[in-house]
Amino acid sequence: MTQLKKRMVQLEVLRYDPEKDTEPHFQKYTVECNEEWVVLDALNAVKETIDPTLNFRWSCHMAVCGSCGMMVNGEPKLSCHAFLRSYEGVIRVEPLANFPIERDLVTVADDFLEKLKRVKPYLIPKEKKSIEQGEFKQTPAQLMKFRQFSMCINCMLCYAACPEYALQPKFIGPAAIALAHRYNQDSRDGGRDERQEVIATNEGVWECSFVGACSEVCPKAVDPAGALQQVKVASTIDWFKEHLLPGGAK
Amino acid sequence: MEIVTTDVAIIGAGGAGLRAAIALAEADPKLRIALISKVYPMRSHTCAAEGGAAGVIKKDDSFDLHFDDTVGGGDWLSDQDCVEYFVKEAPKELTQLEHWGCPWNREADGSVAVRPFGGMKKQRTWFAADKSGFHILHTLFQTTLQFPSIQRFDEYYALDLLVDDGRCQGVTAMEMRSGMIKQFHAKSVIIAGGGAGRMFPFSTNGAIKTGDGMALAYRAGVPLKDMEFVQYHPTGLPNTGSLLTEACRGEGGVLLNKNGRRYLQDYGMGPETPLGKPQLKTMELGPRDRVSQAYWHELQKGNTVTTPWGECVMLDMRHLGEKYIDERLPLVRELGIAYLGVDIVKDAIPIRPVVHYMMGGISTNTKAATQLPGLFAAGECACVSLNGANRLGSNSLVELLVFGKSAAMSAIEHLKGLPAPNKAALEARANESQARVRELFQRTDGNESMSGLRKEMMDTMEKNAGLYREEIGLKEAVAKIAELRQRYNKIVLHDKSNVFNTDLFQVLELGSMLDCAEALTVSALARKESRGAHQRLDYVERDDKTFLRHSMAYYQGQSAPRLDYLDVVITKSPPGVRDYSGDHK
Repeated sequence: MTQLKKRMVQLEVLRYDPEKDTEPHFQKYTVECNEEWVVLDALNAVKETIDPTLNFRWSCHMAVCGSCGMMVNGEPKLSCHAFLRSYEGVIRVEPLANFPIERDLVTVADDFLEKLKRVKPYLIPKEKKSIEQGEFKQTPAQLMKFRQFSMCINCMLCYAACPEYALQPKFIGPAAIALAHRYNQDSRDGGRDERQEVIATNEGVWECSFVGACSEVCPKAVDPAGALQQVKVASTIDWFKEHLLPGGAK
Repeated sequence: MEIVTTDVAIIGAGGAGLRAAIALAEADPKLRIALISKVYPMRSHTCAAEGGAAGVIKKDDSFDLHFDDTVGGGDWLSDQDCVEYFVKEAPKELTQLEHWGCPWNREADGSVAVRPFGGMKKQRTWFAADKSGFHILHTLFQTTLQFPSIQRFDEYYALDLLVDDGRCQGVTAMEMRSGMIKQFHAKSVIIAGGGAGRMFPFSTNGAIKTGDGMALAYRAGVPLKDMEFVQYHPTGLPNTGSLLTEACRGEGGVLLNKNGRRYLQDYGMGPETPLGKPQLKTMELGPRDRVSQAYWHELQKGNTVTTPWGECVMLDMRHLGEKYIDERLPLVRELGIAYLGVDIVKDAIPIRPVVHYMMGGISTNTKAATQLPGLFAAGECACVSLNGANRLGSNSLVELLVFGKSAAMSAIEHLKGLPAPNKAALEARANESQARVRELFQRTDGNESMSGLRKEMMDTMEKNAGLYREEIGLKEAVAKIAELRQRYNKIVLHDKSNVFNTDLFQVLELGSMLDCAEALTVSALARKESRGAHQRLDYVERDDKTFLRHSMAYYQGQSAPRLDYLDVVITKSPPGVRDYSGDHK
């Protein structure tokens, strides 16, 4: 049997316990890893064999639950999808940027959850239908129109990457706007007007300066920047319809 | 200690818990609903389910056929009244999800598409690519956001049920952010806490699946039913254990041994079907227990492929082509490339069976009620006896919808005409709960480590309670788990902070797993037959005379559980032969 390659990995991890630390500090660990491991595996090896007091969130280890977002060498990553083979030298691990630190690598997610709720990310049906009447018809082409935007796992990497969110915390932000757009684009939905009140505003899409960092870091290729751009274009068309067409057509 | 007074408390915010919460909120907007979960709802492990959800919808299908597949697939250990109810409710629940926006794959005419799945005689598995569980979870979670009456307590770890006057009337839970324990006084309590696959070292299950919900009910005197039935999924990635969905085979993937032979034909699932033309309910579309067990036999014969990650067989999907794979199995492709460096479009991928699902759990009836008044349970943590001795793939995502809703309806029914709670008695229970955690938190006398004990538990489960079992190994496991439960009381925490202390939560989770492991091994030792996922090398036949019954394990504190049995409900299908050969009728 071929053996898996081992490697000593050096980690520099941000530590913070609000009960005893006045400010965060870095702690160094050296831990033996399999070459094929991810950063999360290295952190688990540290917790099991070196320091049980290190805290971080994780669950699925397959990049779908969205728990384990962290800054790895300054970039927002799912630590279960950040492969050791991509890094040389000391690997610096910090909590997701732009969120308050709760403890060690654990951030406070309240702001994102509040914003998600505000955009009404649920189907507001165009027409009522009972269960007995069966499913709403939706062609594969109609599905493809929004499917990409439905892939968001709420990992919040895009908020950690977003320069606008860093400057203006009121900005509703990439993931929430992409999810609003997902429902706006759904052929079964009739709730666009309600959502526009939240997202076609200065706290919404007009805050975005289209840097595109959100789409670059998205582990699921949701392309929130593309969603924001589509919302902007559609909102502009709305504005022209309301202001320049006779009678303000809807 | 802070008291949160509510009508219904739900513990767990995965598929079953969220479905229950919506049903409650829709039934009566005035109901106060507390949704308590140790993780944010979208982190729940429902998100990792891939293949799809079964419900009769096509013209050539019928409830009877879904019933027959489920009962036979479960090796006749399913309660048939439960299965009858389930198959009728399934399409309604899946349509309901569609109405809430779930992005199901579609036929060209816009109707919902279905795919083939293991052990199913007809195509009836609704799917959203290979991310069905993810989409179901997010659809449910996002739907809950429109109901102000659903009050979420995210990242609260449930500690103990509050039982008084013979009724369940609440729960204590620790806010993970602050370390504060709160008591929830509720007239009805629903447990939807998920499975316990993390008892085993090699599992598809996320880190959070530690049997907390099962242990909560068990410690309160509710029996755990059929815990010895553990499902191995046939196709896991050999290094991480990540799931490669059964849809890989449903869409036409084949299993090969080291000689390139489609070995399932040697285990009663032949004759070989033509490549690219999968036939329902045979060969690669056999049930999970049989397909996983065939791997074990190939291992004994020396027919497996040696890889750096252990002995494997090969899953070959190359003939499906890149376009079809990207449409139907994009996640599987991504997982193979990322974690194993294998692109399924270009190469066969090594896989091996991996612990996936607990058929057993908190004993419930078709109304999702437990034996303890006021306590209900649904989802993987419950054993409503739908899945019997072996669950068919794509029944569990529907189970959590159907019985999540049942639990909500029963919880509402229970609210009527209840006497006023004895608040002082509940507070006394809550104080006991707090004292239990405080003792652990403050303990300095002990020399055991959490990670050490956890490893010993996992090792003994893998060695003695896996795909094939026998008396000597099970006896060893029972003794070992009992020993570990004693040593558990000597664990000393390293971390004494009140803020997000995962050292503490991992110890509590280990306690849950040890309770589940004890019920599992004791039940397995006593079941002297082979049925479904429980295979005994020393009792190779199914024994309907003695064991057409459910195992019921009752908690006895530090002592071994007391075992009892409950008859299986048979309504119309007497135990028969499970035939997955190509000639089956």
